[in-house]
Amino acid sequence: MTKEVVIEVKNGKVKEAINSFLKGLLEKNLVSALLVSREVPSKDNVVQSLVTNSHGLKEANVIAPVLPVNSARIISEMTRLSPHKSPVGIVLRSCEIRALIELVKLKQASLDNLLIIGVDCLGTYSVSDYQGLCKQGDSPLDELLRKFKEENEDAKLREACRVCEYAIPSNADLVVGLIGVDFEKNILLESRTEKGEGILEKFSFPKFNQSKEREESVSKYIDEKIAKRDALFSQTKKEVGNWENLLSVFSTCISCHNCMRVCPICYCRECFFKSPTFEFDSEKYLGWAKRKGSIKMPKDTILFHLGRMSHMATSCVGCGVCEGACPSNIPLLRIFKTVGHNVQQIFKYVPGRDLEEPLPLTTFKEDELQGVGEE
Amino acid sequence: MANFEPKIVGFLCNWCTYAGADLAGTSRMQYPPNIRPIRVMCSGSVDSAYVLRALLEGADGVFIGGCHPGDCHYVSGNYKERRRITVLKSILKTLGLDDNRVWIRWVSASEGKRYADTISEMTSHLKKLGPNPISKYWSL
Repeated sequence: MTKEVVIEVKNGKVKEAINSFLKGLLEKNLVSALLVSREVPSKDNVVQSLVTNSHGLKEANVIAPVLPVNSARIISEMTRLSPHKSPVGIVLRSCEIRALIELVKLKQASLDNLLIIGVDCLGTYSVSDYQGLCKQGDSPLDELLRKFKEENEDAKLREACRVCEYAIPSNADLVVGLIGVDFEKNILLESRTEKGEGILEKFSFPKFNQSKEREESVSKYIDEKIAKRDALFSQTKKEVGNWENLLSVFSTCISCHNCMRVCPICYCRECFFKSPTFEFDSEKYLGWAKRKGSIKMPKDTILFHLGRMSHMATSCVGCGVCEGACPSNIPLLRIFKTVGHNVQQIFKYVPGRDLEEPLPLTTFKEDELQGVGEE
Repeated sequence: MANFEPKIVGFLCNWCTYAGADLAGTSRMQYPPNIRPIRVMCSGSVDSAYVLRALLEGADGVFIGGCHPGDCHYVSGNYKERRRITVLKSILKTLGLDDNRVWIRWVSASEGKRYADTISEMTSHLKKLGPNPISKYWSL
C-alpha cells in the first residue's frame, strides 16, 4: 500500500509545490472540496477554509507553522450530524489527526469520504509570535524551514511542539514528508492506504528514492523529541509536586473555560462544570466562606481543571491549544501532557493510534488493576 | 493531633456496600463513626469530579464501596469505576498529591463485618496521615 513519490519544488517554494498537488486533486475531481489552512488577507495568520475551486488555493498555506485551532473540532462540526457524501480532502498535522481519531471513537465525527492528507510537522508558533514574525517582514514558514535545515531548533516554537514526538502523521491516507527530505528540491508524497494509493495513480510523480535517509532522519528526530519530552515531564513533576505549588500554578485562572472550549477532546455540549450542579444560593457561598474564613472567587477553579483532567486525560493528544487559549498564561500543556502520559501508560493506550482501540474509560478487563480495590 | 477525627465521605453502592453497611448496623457491629455515607445506585455512577469535590472541600478521605468484581447489579459498573479511580489516583500521584486518601473497596451485602473492618482500617490509616492539607488553603 505504501508508495512513495516526489513533488518537485521550484525555486525552493515548498508551499507552492504542495498547493500544486492540492490543485490537482480539485481539478481532477478527486475531491469535491478541500479543508486547508489559508492565509488571511493581512497575511499575518491563517484560518481553516473549505475550498471548492483551485482559485481558493492561491493563499493556501497548509504548512504555516501556527495552530490557531485544532481542526479536529472543525471536522467534528462538519460531520457530526451526517458524514460527507462526496470525497473531501483535509490537510492536517499529526495532533489534529490523532484528535480526530479520538473524536470518531467518541462518536463526534465521521471519517467517511474523508481523504486525510497528513503533513510532517516541524512545529508551530503561538498566534502572537507568528504575527510578530510576519510584522517583522519574515515569512515564518521560510524561517522555520531554514532553521530546521540548519538543525537549529527555534526556541520560540510552542512548548507543545518542542516536546512533541509525533512529527510524522499516522492514520493518514497520504503524507507530505519534509523531515529527512531535501525539501528545497523535492518533497515526499507517500500513500499509506489503498485510497491514498488510488490518488497517487492519477498523478505521474517521479518515484522517491531516499527512503532510507528519510527513515534515519525521522528516527533521530523523534528520539531527540522524546528526550525533550521526558525532560519536561520530570521538570513538571518538580514544579507541581504539592497542593501549594499546584494552587499557585492555577491561582490566576479566571474560569473562562477557554481551555475546555478549544480542547479537541472536550466535546460535551454542556460541560459538567458549567451545569446547574455548580449554581448555588448566595447563602451557600457565605457558609463556605465562614467555615474557612475566606474562599477564592470565582470558586471551584482547581476542581474544574482536575475534573477536566480526569475526564479527558486518557485521550489528551498534547496539542497544547488549551495553553494558547488561556488568557492567564497558565502552563496547561506541560501539566496535561505529563498527567495524560502517565494515565495513558496504565492502559498502554495511545490516543489517536488506532481506531479499533477502545477508549480506556469505556471498557475494562476483568483481571486488571486488582491492587486498586484490594490494597 | 491526638484528637484528630478524620471525616470520610463514602459513596456506597445501593446493592452491595450500602446493604453491607446496613448489615453491620443491624448486627450491632462497632466501627468508627467517621464515615458520612452517600447512597448511590452503582459505584460506576461516581464520577471522579465528585471524589475531587469532596477532597477539595476538605474531606480527609473518600471511600467508594461497590460490589465484588463480577457481581455488579448493572454487570460492569464496578469494573468501570475501578478504571476511573485508577485514572484519578494516577492524576493525583503525578501532581504530587496524596492518592491514599481515596479508597475503593468491594463489600457485598452479606459482608457487614468486612464493611466495619474496612471503615476501621481506613479511619486509622487517615488518623496516621493527619488532616487533609487542602483545608489550609483558601485559594482553591
